Amino acid sequence: MLDIASASELPHVRIRASEPGPLIDIPELLRFRDLLWTLAERDLKVRYKQTALGVIWVVLQPLMAALIFAFVFGVIAGLPSDGEPYVVFAFAGMTAWNTFANVLTKVSASLLANGQMISKIYFPRLILPLSSVVSALVDSAFSLVLMFVMMAIYRVWPGWGIVFLPVWLLILVVLALGLGLMTSSWMVRYRDVAHVIPVVLQLGLFISPVAWSMTNTKLSERFLMVLRLNPLASLLEAFRWSLFGRNAPPLAALAYSLVVAIAVFWMGIMIFKQQERTFADVI
Amino acid sequence: MSSKKDLAVSVRGLSKSYVIAHNMNRPTNLREAIVDRFRHPLGNGGQDHEMFWAIKNMDFDIRAGEVVGIIGRNGAGKSTLLKILSRITWPTTGEIDIRGRVSSLLEVGTGFHPELTGRENVFLNGSILGMTRREIKQKLDEIVDFAGVEKFLDTPVKRYSSGMYVRLAFAVAANLDPEILIVDEVLAVGDAQFQQKCLGKMQDVARHAGRTILFVSHNMNAVLQLCERAILLHQGEVLMDGPAAEVMKSYVAEPEMGSVVDLVNHTNRDPSYPATLQSIAFFDSEGHPGTAFEPGETVVIKVFTKSARRIPNPQFSCAINNWRGERIFAVATYLSQSQVDYLEGSCVLVGRFELPNLVPGKYTLDIGLNEAHDTFIDVIYKAIALNVSPNDYLGVTHPFFPEMGSLMVRSEWEAFNEQTLVSGSGDQKSGLTYE
Repeated sequence: MLDIASASELPHVRIRASEPGPLIDIPELLRFRDLLWTLAERDLKVRYKQTALGVIWVVLQPLMAALIFAFVFGVIAGLPSDGEPYVVFAFAGMTAWNTFANVLTKVSASLLANGQMISKIYFPRLILPLSSVVSALVDSAFSLVLMFVMMAIYRVWPGWGIVFLPVWLLILVVLALGLGLMTSSWMVRYRDVAHVIPVVLQLGLFISPVAWSMTNTKLSERFLMVLRLNPLASLLEAFRWSLFGRNAPPLAALAYSLVVAIAVFWMGIMIFKQQERTFADVI
Repeated sequence: MSSKKDLAVSVRGLSKSYVIAHNMNRPTNLREAIVDRFRHPLGNGGQDHEMFWAIKNMDFDIRAGEVVGIIGRNGAGKSTLLKILSRITWPTTGEIDIRGRVSSLLEVGTGFHPELTGRENVFLNGSILGMTRREIKQKLDEIVDFAGVEKFLDTPVKRYSSGMYVRLAFAVAANLDPEILIVDEVLAVGDAQFQQKCLGKMQDVARHAGRTILFVSHNMNAVLQLCERAILLHQGEVLMDGPAAEVMKSYVAEPEMGSVVDLVNHTNRDPSYPATLQSIAFFDSEGHPGTAFEPGETVVIKVFTKSARRIPNPQFSCAINNWRGERIFAVATYLSQSQVDYLEGSCVLVGRFELPNLVPGKYTLDIGLNEAHDTFIDVIYKAIALNVSPNDYLGVTHPFFPEMGSLMVRSEWEAFNEQTLVSGSGDQKSGLTYE
């Protein structure tokens, strides 16, 4: 499809009907990196324009969700929280979960939301999901800062495992991006997907150990195995282990999550690539 | 090939098909089958699909520095071609070689966000169009100056007037610096004055910077003004390729849909009147059908009517509008010495008039039939198009702009300095004095 030969001074582009290009055209993405940042910036700017509290909403939303969880699960249901104050425990879960959910939600909507750009301008289409990841991660960064503030208030200190925190986040993002690439490509054709995602996320929020702990002794060994089929389970545990230094997930479970994340990402890229050429025609 | 070096664009065997009707793809795997089932829970999924070839086996080359107009009627494949050249969509077959950085303006202001300020939108739009932030920073002053929005640079664009919005959007695009510029009807925005400014800017880019430009427009004068070469597309194929003036002439001469326009099923027919006016056609004074006339030529109109009852004292009128829909003049039976006594059964009404010195371009005719002078029998707005071809009435080659109006009027000019003629026709008998 496209090859850019640097033989002459002028860039040479060849458009061919049949040739598939590279799966990820990195030089082309690099040429458009300014667009990636500008779009992420637009997204952030627009989101909090004409709101009285502005950026405070970034931390207020997960904080309120954590407080509700703390009340419902911690106070009313009395679920154990691995020995941490329940709010801190739940907020850690929310931070990791929201990273996953925000990336997935934003990436999956990224093509449709910019349909006009897709049908009128050329740029590597992958820029759109990638810029959504950037803008979602900015929210996560704010949330993490608040996380550390809360830990300081409750005098919970992280151990050496904190250095792995970015690794767990990276795997979460890769998984979410992979799913997002698939769903965004499908959504161009079938708007139904947009209605399915919130429902699935709602379910995911409860079947993943966000508000509850995998170390809960009431759960049978077999049931835990089933719960660990969800690749998010051990990632959320690992995330909390990095913060609080307790209850590390089994390495095998983490390895499983990593493999699933990479497989999903690869599938996502494949599907995106396969559909990419027709985005402008069907959007 | 040794000449390959100076080709900016080379198109070989290009085709593009769209699948219309349902089923964009046959289900080829489980996922698609499931999704398909999801979409058509009751259908059998395998409904027939129809292929539509928007572009058929196209070949052409464009040399670096050429300014080429792409013309053709709606559905001729112009937009699809531009989209493929801009890499927005992919061809079904064939290949294209492009040498140079391409910027395409299929629309101005793509990605503009109403909540963002003018400045923020310039950066956003600029990077969407492929500029780096540094380039945009360098050109910011030029862009703002061209658009004339200095004072509002930090105001959200949702507070802009639509004129300001469009000017800012075009200004970003106009300051792109590509080797190849692809432009689609961008001139259809803004007021006439701004359109002219845009056209001027494109002319600058083409002439002085030696850029390659591909320009799609319905505005024949803009194409003639800007392009030395034109490619006429028809149903996805290259019908004609050559000097702009020649191609334009045959484009204008090409009848709209046969030379006889059916009025019974006309889209602009008011269904509240029974279809008395059946069809209409133009002929020249020698009886050849056509829709293109030069100023001064005799236009013969034939109107076919059908009426079960006798229409006494019928009055037929025909009004000519310019491309903006402004009325230029009207001809009618009651504005002539002629008298038609009645119409009954199938009749043909033949009228002839001398075409005034209209500015070349496309005009439309509203036609109406009255009984006596008051009762409407039938009326159809924009019933048929009349193309006025360029001639040398003014004896100049200056192109026509929309703000020149619709009539060509000959004039003479002289200039005086105190009592002395400094320039002009050389004829001193004029009594004009300069004060």
